[in-house]
This record gives sequence, C-alpha cells and structure tokens, in this order.
Amino acid sequence: MSRWVVLVLLAFGFGVVPFVADDYLFSAILIPFLTLSLAGLGLNILTGYAGQLSLGSAAFMAAGAFAAYNFQLRVPGLPLLASFILGGLTASLIGVVFGLPSLRIKGFYLIVSTLAAQFFVGWALTKFSWFSNDNPSGVISAPPLTILGQDLSAPSGRYVLTLGVVAVLTLLASNLLSSQTGRQFMAVRDMDTAARVTGIPILRTKLLAFAISSFYCGVAGVLWAFCYLGTVEPHGLDLARSFQVLFIIIIGGLSSVVGSFLGAAFIVLLPVLLDHAAQGLFSGSLDPGNLENAQKVLFGSLILFFLIKEPEGLARLASVVGQRLVSLRSLRRRPSPRESAA
Amino acid sequence: MQFFLEVLIGGLLAGIMYSMVAIGFVLIFKASGVFNFAQGSLVLFAALTYVSLVEREVPAWLALLVTLLAMLALGVLIERVVLRPLVNRPPMTLFMATLGLSFIVEGVSQILWGAQVHGLELGISDQPLEFAQVFVSSFDLFAAATAAALVAGLSVLVTRTRLGIALRAVADDPVAAMSLGISLPRVWSIVWAISGVVALVAGLLWGARVGVQFSLSLVVLKALPVLIIGGFTSVAGTIVAGLLVGASEKLAEVYLGPVLQGGIEGWFPYVLALAFLLVRPTGLFGDAVVERA
Repeated sequence: MSRWVVLVLLAFGFGVVPFVADDYLFSAILIPFLTLSLAGLGLNILTGYAGQLSLGSAAFMAAGAFAAYNFQLRVPGLPLLASFILGGLTASLIGVVFGLPSLRIKGFYLIVSTLAAQFFVGWALTKFSWFSNDNPSGVISAPPLTILGQDLSAPSGRYVLTLGVVAVLTLLASNLLSSQTGRQFMAVRDMDTAARVTGIPILRTKLLAFAISSFYCGVAGVLWAFCYLGTVEPHGLDLARSFQVLFIIIIGGLSSVVGSFLGAAFIVLLPVLLDHAAQGLFSGSLDPGNLENAQKVLFGSLILFFLIKEPEGLARLASVVGQRLVSLRSLRRRPSPRESAA
Repeated sequence: MQFFLEVLIGGLLAGIMYSMVAIGFVLIFKASGVFNFAQGSLVLFAALTYVSLVEREVPAWLALLVTLLAMLALGVLIERVVLRPLVNRPPMTLFMATLGLSFIVEGVSQILWGAQVHGLELGISDQPLEFAQVFVSSFDLFAAATAAALVAGLSVLVTRTRLGIALRAVADDPVAAMSLGISLPRVWSIVWAISGVVALVAGLLWGARVGVQFSLSLVVLKALPVLIIGGFTSVAGTIVAGLLVGASEKLAEVYLGPVLQGGIEGWFPYVLALAFLLVRPTGLFGDAVVERA
C-alpha cells in the first residue's frame, strides 16, 4: 500500500476517530479488530511468509497476556509499555521452544508442535495458580492503563493505545518483511534446498520466524487482555481462537500485511452484520444456537471459496479494485488528441 | 498390579477408538496426500444422523442403511466440490480446506439434528467381565473386535480387490496410475466414501461410549498424534500407535498426573508425538517422507 494511503489512514485513526466514534464502536469493533489484526500479522509472518503452519497462535497470545500481567504485578513501577514488550518477549521464547521441532519437520506437520503448544500453555495457565496470582476464579482484572500519568482506561483511551501499538509494530513488520530477513523467510518457504544452497541458515531463519511471530501474537494477547477484555483469562484464548486467527490470514491473504487487517476486519464485522441481518429478518425468532451454526457454515464456505477461487485473499481483491480505480483516473486524464499531436 | 492392568487395558481400549478415527485419515492420506482434518466432523455427522433417525422411530437397520448412504454421498460430494478444484495445490492449502470443510460439516449436522446430547444404545451390554481379577467392560471388548474386523476388511479390500490395487497404484504414483487408465477422481471419491464408512463405525462405537455430542468431532485432535507416531501411511502402524497413545496417556494421567496437578491427557499424546518426530520422523511403520528441514 502506498505511503500516502497509510498516512491518511493513520491521521484519520488518530485524529478523527477518537472524537467521533462511540463507546460501542471502540469496545466491540475497533479494539478487537486492531488486536486480531496484530495476531493475524504475527501468524502471517510465520505461515504466510516463512511457510510454517501454526495452530497455536492463541497459546502465544495467552502466554503474552499472562506474562505481561505477572510482570506488572511483580515488578513495582514497571512502565506499562515495558510490560507489553516483556509479555511479547516471553511469548517469543515459548514460540522458539515449540518451534524447535521445525529442525526435523516442516510445513503442515508443524501443526503437531503448535497444537502441543496450544494444549500445554492452556493447561499450565489453568493448573498453576501462580500465573493468575492465586485468584480462585482464574479470572483477573487487568492493571490500570496509565502511560506517563495519562489515564487511558476509557474506551477511547484504550483505542488510542491499541492503535498506537499496532501501528508501530505493523510499520516495523512491513520494514522487516521487505528486508533481507523477510526475503530469507520467503526463500525458506518457497524452496528450502535452494535457500540452503544460497547460504541461508535454515534452522536459524525458521526459529527467528517463530520468535518474531510469537512476539506479535504475544503483544496481541496483551492488548486482548488489557485493552479489549479488561480481564486476563486463558479460556477465551483456546484452539477456536487459533483457528480464527488462521482464518483471518486465509481470508485476508497469506503473505500480505494489508491482508491481515482486511481479514481481521472481515472476521470481526461479519458476525455483527449477521446478527443484525438475522434480527431484522427473523426478529429474534431464530435460535441463537442455530445462528452460531449458520455462522460456522458460512465461515467454512468462505474458507473453501477463498482457497479455491482467490488464494491471495481479500488483499488481492483490494489491490485489483485499487488498480481499477487508478486506471480509471488515468483514463480520464488521457491526453486529448490535440495535446498528443503537439 | 491389578490396578495398573485395569488402567492399561482401559487405555488400550480407548486407543482402539483413536485408531479407528486415524484409519480414516490414513486411507485418504495414502490415496490423495490430503491431511483430512474433517474426519472428526464426519464421525460427528455419522453418529448424529444415525441417532437422530433412531430417535424418530426409524428401525435401526434402516437408520444404519440411510446413514451409510449419506456417508457415501458425502464422500463423493466432498471430492467433487472441494478436492477437484484444489488438485495440485500445496498440502498446506488442502489441509486448510479440510479445516473449512470441518466447520461446514459440524455446522450443518447441528443445524439438521440439533446440538443436544443424545444417548446411543447399540444393544450391547456394558457389564464388566472378570479375567484373573481384572475387570474389562464387555462393550470395550466388542469395540475391539469391531475394530479388528474393520482392519481385516480394509486390508482384504486393499490387497485382494481390483479397487484396492487401483488405490495402491494411485498412492504409489498418481501419474503412472493415470496413464494406465485409472481415474483419479473416481478413486478419490471412493476413498472418501470408505473413510466416511469408517467414520460411521467409529462414531457409533465412540458415541455409545460417551454420548453423541459435539465433542465427538474433537476426537480428531487425539487421532493426530496417533498418526504421527504410526506413520501416515500404515494402517497397522495406526493401530499400534493408537494403542500406545491410549495406554500411555491413561497411565501418565494416573501415575504422573497427581505430581503435575492432573489433566495432562490433553497434551501428553502431543509431547509423545513430538518425541517420536525427533527420533523417528517417519513414525513406527510409515514410509511417508515427513518433510525434513
């Protein structure tokens, strides 16, 4: 995406949205959208760019959230953003541990390792009460969100904080992915033998992809717990969430930064729209269980549709539309016959 | 010792259930290289269809027949709608497609038949039998016998029939098989139909044990380590691995669980599978080249 579009979007996100949106828009749509975009971006680095499939994104999110919570709790006076980074780093450490089997296996066989991460992390967080500070319910409220004395606990504050973190990390990721490291990821994905022959250290590259990807997922987890839910709990970050993050990148577009955002927007908005549509059409006579099942069928069909018809996802659709618009504009600006004669 | 044996046998019998689900995977993986995540949802669909028909006063044999036909039709439909357009795509894409497929099958079967838990009565007694002071459930023995019969039937099918030879030819070298006039789409739809039937058997046995409910489809998560340990292509390996996973996870839960706060059944098979991957990436009997780094 061109630099101008990004700048305009950021200016709009920081300068206009906080003043016009209402609390519902912040809490139910914008914050989960940004958080899931970041998680999607994290998975996309690993799966889309480095070609290693993961079904453990939610585990890394949970690890990040709990680590940040514990750092906040146990280190007095730790700045909020520092605990965000420490949470991400902890998740990244766990990611590397579960990425180690990529020494022997690759591609979709890695689902075993990442599923192990998913079940193990979920188990450890529920079984050992130290992680949740011996809280009997296992659900703990997030620490107050203050940065440099500014209280960001209101919905608009949480939105600005989330947007800031996501924007900075996205910028870093998109630079990284077009740097040498990013190209090494793609080389390993596309043909590891060729990558090895050109001197790319395969294992180190894969582990780096795991580390960076899990860092992003971890920070997304911190945002999920601190800014979106306001509570830190492992239950919302289960296998279903991992699938959801995977769906974000399939629908949005594998190996596309923009795709992660489009996919997340799609996955956050679709249920809301479906809910409204169902209420409008059936005015509440529809069983909510059936609505959930219908949603499942719809998501499954969309996955199949995108995999079969548009493997590059919404990102490609968007770029096609963008190109059409540009060519339309240049069409209108086509020089008149007199000009071209001169 | 007696307690140990009871835990062990209980685990082995649970392992048979995992194997039955995993066999459905192996068939599809051998013939088309697709890692079918939707197998669990097929188990759910089969059991739910049967039990709902029986609850609607359909005689058991007719319900079985209808479910069987439904599974066959579903297999053919999946090949036509999902696999055929995805021919020659990377394994990861195919895996993700079956993930989408599992969402569809789960959603549709619960829209059709509801989401409540159904009891399933197959008319097989579940009383404990005593062998040398060790109690074994007669239902579990029946399940074991069924699994054995299923494996025997499948191996006859694969080694002794024209269809089986075609199937192995496709597994061995799809291009050569095609040039000999074997129709790949036909073989694929037959294989999906067969693994639908395997799902039906697994669904009925497993459903009679734990009740027919959504969690049936989660058995796919147990079958995955079984596959890794058994190797992706060997039916015999799957059985052995299933027994291994079932027995070790129950033993670990009973003996290791108290030390680790319990509930380790969820991840123990995966750690076992990971250990196997590091030592023996092809699994016990598999010849699949698990891609190495």
